[in-house]
Amino acid sequence: MVEFICPIVMLMLAVSFGVAFVRVAIGPTLPDRVVALDMAATIVVALILTHCVQSGSSYYIPAAISIALLSFVGTVALALYIRRGGPS
Amino acid sequence: MIREILVSVFLLIGGLLSLVAVAGVLRMPDLFTRMHAATKTGTVGISAITIGMMIHFGTITVISRGVLVIAFFLLTAPVAAHMIGRAAYRSGVSLWILTRIDEWKTHGEIGKED
Repeated sequence: MVEFICPIVMLMLAVSFGVAFVRVAIGPTLPDRVVALDMAATIVVALILTHCVQSGSSYYIPAAISIALLSFVGTVALALYIRRGGPS
Repeated sequence: MIREILVSVFLLIGGLLSLVAVAGVLRMPDLFTRMHAATKTGTVGISAITIGMMIHFGTITVISRGVLVIAFFLLTAPVAAHMIGRAAYRSGVSLWILTRIDEWKTHGEIGKED
């Protein structure tokens, strides 16, 4: 049953990933794009964990943790950049 | 059998929550309502997928790493959302036209700190 569910969940996550980049493209301001990129990184972590379940190997979980760490650091850095005045 | 059903249910909850989150990010009218959809639902969705993975493997190593993933997301998502929201409000992102309560505008003093 899990091997039928895993491709469906991965399809859902891939569609979410693509649609998040629509908001990155059309977002009117910089914080919109930062929020959408943060959510895209979250969806990448979910994709890696789903791939762990599908392939049965648990060696990708540290990669998921490090991607989560990098997305948090990037979001905080971009928030500080927006606060200092942004691209203007 | 019950274990497989539980894993499937948790994975499907995670996938559906990510679809709901991305619909909110695409359709909401305002930065702050979009942040509500993105951060809250993204955190719960990834927690559901991690719980499904922990049930699927069931070893102590994977469970400890999964608890680490969930704790990390629950700790960092509010901090990042707060920093982005504050920076966006202070940099002059306009609110939705139907916003009823803006407490920083009525009670706060913009530009006094930092």
